[in-house]
Parts: sequence; C-alpha cells; structure tokens
Amino acid sequence: MTNYLVEPAPHIKSKITTQKVMLHVIIALFPSVIASTYIYGLRALLMVVICSACCVLLELVFEKITKRPRTINDLSAVVTGILLAFNLPPTLPFYMAVIGSVVAIVAVKQLFGGIGQNFANPAITARIVLMLSFSSYMTTWVKPFYYAMSADAVSAATPLVSEETPELFDLFFAKSGCIGECCNAALILGGIYLICTRIITPVTPIAYIGTVALLTWLTGGDVTGQVLSGGLVLGAFFMATDYATTPIRTNGKLIFAVGCGLLTFVIRNFGSMPEGVSYSILIMNIITPYIDKLTVSHPFGAKKEAKKS
Amino acid sequence: MSLHSIRLPHQKSSAEAQTAKPILPPKVVISMSQHGGVPCTPLVQVGDEVKTGQLIGSSDAVISAPVHASISGKVTEITDVINIAGKRNTAVVIEASNKQELHESVKPPEVTDRASFIEAVKRSGSVGLGGAGFPTYVKMNYDPNTSSVDTLLINAAECEPYITSDYRAIIESADKLISGIRIIMKYLDIPKACIGIEADKGKAISMLTELCARENGITVKKLPSAYPQGAEKVLIYNVTGRTLKEGELLLSVHCLVMNVSSVIFINDYIKTGVPLIKRRLTLDGNIVNKPINVIVPIGTQLSQLTKPANLRRQPDRVIFGGPMMGSSVYDPEMPIMKTNNAVLFFEGGAASHEPTPCIRCGRCVRACSMNLMPTELESAYDRKDAEALKKLKVNLCMNCGACSYVCPAKRNLSEKNQLAKIFLRNA
Repeated sequence: MTNYLVEPAPHIKSKITTQKVMLHVIIALFPSVIASTYIYGLRALLMVVICSACCVLLELVFEKITKRPRTINDLSAVVTGILLAFNLPPTLPFYMAVIGSVVAIVAVKQLFGGIGQNFANPAITARIVLMLSFSSYMTTWVKPFYYAMSADAVSAATPLVSEETPELFDLFFAKSGCIGECCNAALILGGIYLICTRIITPVTPIAYIGTVALLTWLTGGDVTGQVLSGGLVLGAFFMATDYATTPIRTNGKLIFAVGCGLLTFVIRNFGSMPEGVSYSILIMNIITPYIDKLTVSHPFGAKKEAKKS
Repeated sequence: MSLHSIRLPHQKSSAEAQTAKPILPPKVVISMSQHGGVPCTPLVQVGDEVKTGQLIGSSDAVISAPVHASISGKVTEITDVINIAGKRNTAVVIEASNKQELHESVKPPEVTDRASFIEAVKRSGSVGLGGAGFPTYVKMNYDPNTSSVDTLLINAAECEPYITSDYRAIIESADKLISGIRIIMKYLDIPKACIGIEADKGKAISMLTELCARENGITVKKLPSAYPQGAEKVLIYNVTGRTLKEGELLLSVHCLVMNVSSVIFINDYIKTGVPLIKRRLTLDGNIVNKPINVIVPIGTQLSQLTKPANLRRQPDRVIFGGPMMGSSVYDPEMPIMKTNNAVLFFEGGAASHEPTPCIRCGRCVRACSMNLMPTELESAYDRKDAEALKKLKVNLCMNCGACSYVCPAKRNLSEKNQLAKIFLRNA
C-alpha cells in the first residue's frame, strides 16, 4: 500500500521568495547604476562591483567561520553592497570602501544575527562610520562628467552647501554627490518599479519627502532644491523602506517616515552638518522597536483585556 | 474599515462541467463522527442488511447529528478508523448489494411549525456542508423569545481555489436553493435572507439575481473575490457590517449563516425525506484530466474516486478540501465525510519549502483578515511564551493559511498558530 505525502495547510504557496524580493530591489537600483557610470565614469561602476563582491564574500566567510547556514543566495548582501557604494563619493579610495563593507556586513548585519535581525541599516551605518573616520575623503565631491574635464575644474560642492542655485535639470539628471545620488530621475524610476511590484509601500517615500517639502515650504525655503538635493530621494525610496530596520505596520511606517523627514529638516537647517538623511534614518532605525510597540494592531472582534488592578 | 485579504489564483477548471452521474462504490466506510460534537453509537450489527437512508448511528447528546446508511447492502464490519482529523472513531462498513432501495423510514417529514421543522432538520443528519460540520439543527434551535435573528446569511463565497461544488449546486439547482431559503425563513420566522457570493461567479450571480427579483426579502450580495471571503466572521462583516466579537455566538450578530449546499439539502429533505447520505465533490488537481464535480455516497473511499477523477498518473499528494484549509490524506482508503467538498490530486513534491529567516517584510500582517501579527505569534510560540500568545490573540486565528501563503521566507506561520493553540490548551 502506498501512502501519500502529508504536510500542513496551506498546500499552495505564493511564488514570492526572499531571493525574488532582493532581485526586484537590485533591478530597481539598476537604472541608477547605469546613470552613475555614465555621470561619474567606470570608477563608479567599479565601486559598486567592489562593494557588492566584498559584502557577499564577507557574508560567506563569516557564516563559514561561525558555522551558520549559508545565506548568500538570498542576494541581500548584494543589495547591501550596491547601497553602500551608492552612499560613497566616486573618488573614495577603494580600501575605504572595503572597510565600509566590513562594517556593514560583519558589524551591523551578521553580529546581530544576519538577515532580518539587524536593527540598523548596514549601508547607512557603514557610511556614517566612514564619514567619522575619513571625513575629508568622504566629503570630497567632484562635478558630473569630471573624468572629461581639466584637473582644476573638477572639484565641486554638494548643492546643499553651494551658494549658487543649481539648475532644475541638473538636479534631476546629473548632480554632484555620492555615487547613487547623482541621478534623481533614475532613482525615482527604480522607486516606482518597487511600488508597482509591491516590494515597498508608497507610504514611506511619500511621507518622508512630503514632510521635508512641507517644512521647507512653511519656512520659506527652496522646496525643489531641498527635495532633490543630497541623499533624500535615495534615502526615501531605498533606505527608509528597508524591511528589517523599519516598522512592520503601515501606520508605523508613516510615523517612521515623518520622523525621518522632521530630523532631516532639522539637521539640514540647524545642525553643523550639511546633510542629515543618513543620521535621520539611523536615529529612526533605533526607535523602530518602540514605534512597533506603539502601533500594535487591534485584532478583529477582539475583546479588550480587562486591566489588572 | 475593510478587512485584509489576499488574492489567489482561482483555478476553478471544473466550474463549467456538468456534475457527473452519482457513483455507487462496492463498499462504504461510514464514520460515526461526521460532525462537530459527540460521535454516534452504531445501531446496527455485523451481518445486518441495511437499506439506503436507514438510521445506523445516533447519539443522545445535544451537539450531534444522526448517521444514515448511504447505500443498501450488508454490514460486514464495525471497526475503528482514523479520520481525516487524526482522531480514532468507530465506523460501519457496508458492502453494496445488487439491489439498491430506499429504507421504509424514508418519507417526507411532517412539518407544521418551528418545533417540527427543527426536529426534522435534526433527524435529517444535516451538518454544515461548507466544511465546519456543525450540526445544523443546533444552530437553529435558539429561543426566539430571547434571541432575534433578522438575517439568514447564505454562504456562497466559495473562496478556496479549485472548489466548485457550491457553484455547481447553484447552477444546477438555483430554484431549490431559493425554495430552501424560503422554507427556513418561514419556519424560523427570519424576515430577510442574503446570499453572499464572490464577484467572479458571474453566471450564478445573474441566475440568482433574476430568481430573487421575484422574491420578497431575498437579496444577492456581490463580494470581491478575495480570500478568505467565505470565512464566517469575514462574510458576516462584509455583508451586514456587523462584527462577531471574540467568544460570542452567532446570535449576537442576529445572523444564521448557512452554506449553499446545506440549504439545498434541507429543501430536498423536507420534500423527499432522504437524509444526508450523499454529497457533491469537486475532483481536481494537476493530474486530473477532466476536472469535474461528482455526487458520491458518504463513506466512499478515496481509492474509488481515482477512476471518476480520470487521473493521468499516480498522485503524490491528495487533499480533502481546498488547497488553503484542506487536509493532506495519507491513506488511500480514507472515506469521504459529510463535510468534504473536494478531493484534489497532485503530482510533485511538497508545496512547502525549507523556511528561511523572517525578513520582517510585513506581508503576513497585511494578509491577516483577523488583523493578527503572524510573525510575532510565531516567535512567541517558538519561545513558548503563553502570555504573549494570549495577548496577541492566537485564539482568533481561523487557520485560513493566508499568512503562510504570502510569506516570501516560506515560514509555516499558520501551522505555528495551530500548534500555539494546542500549547495554550495544554499549558
């Protein structure tokens, strides 16, 4: 007598896997990789490749040493690598990018338990560590297409500290800054892809960018300049939407995003640093467990627990 | 506020196929526990000749339903079987004789008022045919002086993929459904009835809408085809806007909820007196040549269904019920019960994958129509935290499986909830 295979219900599963989620994110980042390569030259592409390769390799080695199950197939290390490269200036020495990868994968991700367990965004934390360690390298900017220019015309200030008002066209398509920040059009394209494939909800980017725009408008600032400068678009679509380090419920995501917007505005306008996106997201990452506790859902039809006196 | 739901592929390939002729198996294995509540005691002995419709099991308990012979023949064995729920109970085995005839007791019941109607429903052996299997008469046997029911809610949602047995029942006997609704409304004095049906069943909706246009107090409510639309609490909320609160009875929302096939059965029973001895089953799955519905006597064994299912190959997995909430069957001789509505045959290995770590994506949270937190429930169960499980209301989980379905990490969230409920019961 042959018996049949038994398993718990449900007997069908959706096709989505962690690997596919990460693949969607990589696809969404791709327009920006191409734009950055075009704007900053092959060095930008090389930075992306080095960071991704380092992240994957470090994860592999770490899991080998600690005898944990191998997780590089889920592609999350590739996403971390690309995002780390996106947060670095195009001229940064490569060995610093390697140090950044160690911070992101080993210190932030793996030491806290691997995928889904880290409380802070690996790429953002690595960027902040590099910023504090190698401040001058991390704040040296070059103009778009610098590789085709004469040496004395190369260096640039980021739009946020510059006196002159940049052209709207440049803000959208080619501005100076970190590798991933340079082309807002490509970032928005990728963001729309993530929303359409339901990898992220539009709540976070809309609320984050909206808060910054609203506060700037209320204080009489340059709204488009503030929104399209620095790492806001990159942060709002790709960093503030990270699953592991942001609230799990939609109302929590809203609180998170508004908090990020508020902090970004405050740091940019009143802080000693020109840019506040990384710090805002990191601070909100840290209070995410509290937001999750604050936004507990009420089960359908559940009776309220009688308070114990 | 709208409840969370998920989209599933319908795969209702048997929807347009006429129900096949009833089959007569060489023997039936009739479990004495076909329902929620107390199992019946066999009233026959080995060697007895029984006729179709003869009472063969009953119980004095309030929550129970009598069991009848589904074919004519000889009782060859009274034995212990393990049913689909994994429980051991007594079963009566009947071998079919050449002559199939109705038992003398089968005649239309005399129904004059509420009490005689409920008594008739009790004797019919009727249980909820949607899958829950709760004895129908118990639901109807409320005190009309202290409780009021203003809506008879007909569950025609049939939200599980593959299953079309209720849909075919509507298409092939819509008039009987309406007549059954009228009978129940009349004897239980319920002023209105509403048929809740998913929007993708266009043909059934237009048939019912046309029939209901001539009827007072019966309406058709088109619901989005979203899973789990047919879950009782979800259906009540989406049709009437009422919330069935934790631990409360259906009467608290003034509804009597019945499945389409149950209503059609009651209509037939009142007219003919033939008790619940057969039911319509959907035969489908990825190795079924021509997905179809078939009417089988209760107690028909799984092995007898492989022929009408016209299988291409030997199945690796067989499921009684829908793919979301149904149960895997391990035994090729497992008998069909009153509550079965489908048998699905699949080739290929397990649908479950090796779980990977939770990435906190929140898909399970946005899938749960009960607004629970599947991922937090899972970790609470894994650390055996009874306090947290109670606080997160694991008792409200109805095992619809939506959380497990959507999880990209392929975690068995809904299974963990069931384990957590058992854990709390034993804690």
